[in-house]
Amino acid sequence: MNKPADTSFGNATAAVSLEVRNLRKSWGKTEVLSDVSFRIGAGGFLTLLGPSGCGKSTLLRLISGLDETSGGQILIDGRDVSKVSAADRNLGMVFQNYALFPHLTIEENIGYGLKIRKVDKTRRDKTIARVSDLMGLGPLLQRKPSQLSGGQQQRVALARVLVSERPLVLMDEPLSNLDAKLRTEIRSEIRSLNKTLGITVIYVTHDQSEALSMSDEVVLLNAGKIAQWGTPRDLYESPANTFSASFIGTPPTNLLEPADVALPENLGLDGGTALTDYLIGVRPETMCFPADGAAFTLTGRVLSLEYEGNVTLLHLEAASGAKVIVAHGGHDVPAPGAEVTVGWSHEATHFFSKKDGAAIRRKT
Amino acid sequence: MNKRLPLGLGFVLLVLPCSLLVAFTHYPAIKALVNSLWNNSSSFRPSRFVGLENYRALLEDDRLAQVLTNSTIYAICTVPLAIGLSIGMALLVNSKLPGTWLMRLSFFMPTMLPLVAVANIWLFFYAPGIGLASQILSAFGLPSINFLGRTDTSLVSMMVVAIWKEAGLFMIFYLAALQSIPANLKDAARLEGAGSVRVFFDVVLPLLRPTTIFVAVNALINAFRLVDHIIVMTRGGPNNSSALLLYYVYEVTFGHRDFAYGATLTVLMVVILGILAAFQFWVLNRKAHYQ
Repeated sequence: MNKPADTSFGNATAAVSLEVRNLRKSWGKTEVLSDVSFRIGAGGFLTLLGPSGCGKSTLLRLISGLDETSGGQILIDGRDVSKVSAADRNLGMVFQNYALFPHLTIEENIGYGLKIRKVDKTRRDKTIARVSDLMGLGPLLQRKPSQLSGGQQQRVALARVLVSERPLVLMDEPLSNLDAKLRTEIRSEIRSLNKTLGITVIYVTHDQSEALSMSDEVVLLNAGKIAQWGTPRDLYESPANTFSASFIGTPPTNLLEPADVALPENLGLDGGTALTDYLIGVRPETMCFPADGAAFTLTGRVLSLEYEGNVTLLHLEAASGAKVIVAHGGHDVPAPGAEVTVGWSHEATHFFSKKDGAAIRRKT
Repeated sequence: MNKRLPLGLGFVLLVLPCSLLVAFTHYPAIKALVNSLWNNSSSFRPSRFVGLENYRALLEDDRLAQVLTNSTIYAICTVPLAIGLSIGMALLVNSKLPGTWLMRLSFFMPTMLPLVAVANIWLFFYAPGIGLASQILSAFGLPSINFLGRTDTSLVSMMVVAIWKEAGLFMIFYLAALQSIPANLKDAARLEGAGSVRVFFDVVLPLLRPTTIFVAVNALINAFRLVDHIIVMTRGGPNNSSALLLYYVYEVTFGHRDFAYGATLTVLMVVILGILAAFQFWVLNRKAHYQ
């Protein structure tokens, strides 16, 4: 085992890559994760994203070693650690409720790991001082966690991970207990720690805006399986399936029956594809009103309006009764009950197979 | 908004609980204090004020010295042992072992029995020759011991009964406390490299401290308060080796019918319990809680 505390802080132990291969986890007979595989390079920031109950926290606990896998491999820098104990995986973890020891002072909380690893007192004090300076915790060191605000507690939890100088850090929804302003603040702090210290971060969240804004790569999970793995841009611009399309983006992608849509001559699909075989996916913010000669158009009745400041959401009902949401940026808002036609371009259109929800790639 | 009670009704509501308190707590305590300053009356001589005469007798009472020593040993041994045992049992029933419900039930069972019944059961356990304890000893080829009949084993035998009776109740408190410790604190310690023993002493035990203080204070007071098993099993004997303070008060007052000296001993007892109660409030008022 390497001794992280022996290297000087800042140019910490060289960052490590993480790879997960065919990972499985079942509790009794219920399989909560099946065949999960992804990898992230050294110093990267990977987010596990998904709705609650999709298995993302379970996956993080498997990587940490707090739970045992039911199959598959976890490789840290190419070494399979799936049978190695949590303490020997040389990784740190930030927990959702911070998991600060309530009976210890901030200083003792931050230095707990160093004490366990028997780092001598002078070196320990020096490291704690450096990290608490970095996290702005200097004046709080003698307090107890309950005397700190949520944001300060979160900084302590981060400091506790940083002080151990672990090259791989796991974070389990670390921002979910903070208010919106603090969240964006700490979000950028985490991101800059990741970049400046070269720490590889695996980050769990159910908040897609966190995932898209912070990550180098995102693994989108659905019911224990990977729905899509790619860069944030991939996920947003080319969803791999209907789940991905409807999970990413607010409001979600409209999934339309081709029968509701006035289609152009050439869709770029295979000749054999029948109208009943696929769905059309289109994001509310890529639709325009009025349609103005767009390639695709849809006519529907305005059910209601939702004013959101930068846009107004038009809730439409198509001829078949399907609900459509359009994010309209202009001021000329139609009245509820009016019949309107909205349009969008070829580029904004995604096709999904009706059978399995997978995206259908177009011939260019 | 609180509605004003009519004065008459308020008075009635106050008088009812106050009269109970006065009749059964305050009046007896004051009466005992007064009685302790007078000597006993007899058919041909009325009671006479003797000042601190009875208290001088306290200082010269060799049996009292023995009884106080017994009580102190009893408290010092039963409190930590009951605490240790109940933490151990709570950890056991809180674990993921099979059959924890059965353990919970059997550990808690002694608590539900009245102490008098427990004492009678243990009389059989301790019975020389035929009792469970003797049979276990003979299974190992050891001679039978008359636990209750020897001066060097009688007090220890009483302690065992008390611990057996009390640990189950304290286990419930510890179980509740254990279940309220967030699992991620233990996870965090494990990730830092702490083994399970280290996790217990660094994380679990400190978080159990409020419970431990509560349990310790209760166990301490029970050590002075509960003597049913002594009355049933040894009557303080042999040779006062298992007599505790409250049992001695009972014996002097109702056995010897020495009411004046009984009252004096009662005052001593109330003073000791008062000091323990003050200690309890002092400890509990200090920061025993973290959140």
